[in-house]
Amino acid sequence: MLYFSDLLPYSDLFFSGLMTTVELTILTTFLGIALGTSCATIKQYGHHLAKRLVTTYVELIRNTPFIVQLFFIFFGLPSIGFKLSPWEASVIALTINLGAYSTEIIRAGLNNIGKGQIEAAKVLGLNFRQMLVHVIFIPAFEKIYPALTSQCVIVMLGSAVISQISVEDLTYAANLVQSRNFRAFESYFVTAFLYLGLSVLLRFAFNLLGKRLFAFREAR
Amino acid sequence: MSLVDLHQVHKYYGDFHVLKGIDLSINAGEVISIIGKSGSGKSTLLRCINGLEAYQKGGIVVDGNEVTSEDVQVRRLALSVGMIFQNFNLFPHKTVGENVMLAPTIVLKKSKAEAEKIARNMLEKVGLAEKFDNYPDTLSGGQQQRVAIARALAMSPKVLLCDEITSALDPELVGEVLKVLETLAEEGITLILVTHEMNFAREVGNRVVFMHQGKVWEEGDPKVLLTNPQTDELKQFLGAVL
Ligand SMILES: Nc1ncnc2c1ncn2[C@@H]1O[C@H](COP(=O)(O)OP(=O)(O)O)[C@@H](O)[C@H]1O
Ligand SMILES: [Mg+2]
Repeated sequence: MLYFSDLLPYSDLFFSGLMTTVELTILTTFLGIALGTSCATIKQYGHHLAKRLVTTYVELIRNTPFIVQLFFIFFGLPSIGFKLSPWEASVIALTINLGAYSTEIIRAGLNNIGKGQIEAAKVLGLNFRQMLVHVIFIPAFEKIYPALTSQCVIVMLGSAVISQISVEDLTYAANLVQSRNFRAFESYFVTAFLYLGLSVLLRFAFNLLGKRLFAFREAR
Repeated sequence: MSLVDLHQVHKYYGDFHVLKGIDLSINAGEVISIIGKSGSGKSTLLRCINGLEAYQKGGIVVDGNEVTSEDVQVRRLALSVGMIFQNFNLFPHKTVGENVMLAPTIVLKKSKAEAEKIARNMLEKVGLAEKFDNYPDTLSGGQQQRVAIARALAMSPKVLLCDEITSALDPELVGEVLKVLETLAEEGITLILVTHEMNFAREVGNRVVFMHQGKVWEEGDPKVLLTNPQTDELKQFLGAVL
């Protein structure tokens, strides 16, 4: 027999866990994409040494498990004097992770911008920063928007791991509830359902933003 | 003093000697047609004039300023030299109006209202006032190229460089673009165009420059030069295009 009603007393816990995950997702999505955009720009247009540095960072993150990155930041860094709260460590770890993966994605978008666009911007007198902002970024993001959206969803789902360093997110709530009422099936079922809802919402938000940013697409 | 002055310009791509000592002097208001075989260095010449490419020897002076290809220099040149490309290179995510308004707004720091007024004027001039809010992808090639001309004109350049700007167009669309150029020529803008349109060069141009193997092989009055070429190379070239 299943007893979903046994979860009701813990609905506040689920709700606050959900909110924590939402907050963290919004924050790290913004920060991660900002980091990825900066790194992709450096990789595409930057100087030799800066490119090497970015490549090293990206490969380091993409070839190690997220949980190890998180533990390193939370448990490892204090030994060299960086003491971080679980929340801070999570924000940093998730941002760095999304930053690395999105660097490669956004780079592909930048690569897709024709030389002609850049030359047109140059001969109109735009400086490098103006060219990025007004000419390059929007069409570049349009090309890779679905991939970027998926990566953000992946990182959001991966954030479940931060319950391991006792950030009270959705997964933390699920663990806590099932340890109290032993309703593991119900607890994780509901949690899975909530993550699914978050994924749908996140994709929906991205689509909405995409419609605004890429209005020119409709014209084709 | 002439508006554009090239003195013994040499340009290399690696070991490849593309421009071999170009001397060329262009006065304000002149319409110069540069003709020549593919690979003779016509595009490279234009791109050296506006600093898109660096050259290794000689000198180029535009409107009293020495041209180097430093980024800052390209931007300063952009104030006096406009360029139009074979493939239009309009910004696809901006409407026609936004394409034209962009540089006046962010480079010349004009107010939005002012930039819009300029943009509407320029689009009127190329006959596309009603396309202000359309996206480039919805326009024909000929229309896109006219928008590109309007975009360049919005910066009130002294010289307009055109690199085979009708070559990517369907034959029936070439006329509308040439017509715009003709109007500009009548208004006295300085035009340097790489072109295969011999009729245009003859009827509208003041001078034809024939390039061959990285050199100015022959130059002169279009009506004289095109009917009475002096060198075998030009004869051969004209035989091939006419
Ligand atoms: N970026 C480049 N790198 C190396 N070689 C180039 C480059 N651009 C042009 N060239 C070479 O320089 C020569 C002249 O090119 P170009 O000026 O484009 O000629 P045209 O416009 O007369 O056809 C050609 O042989 C071409 O292959
Ligand atoms: Mg060419």
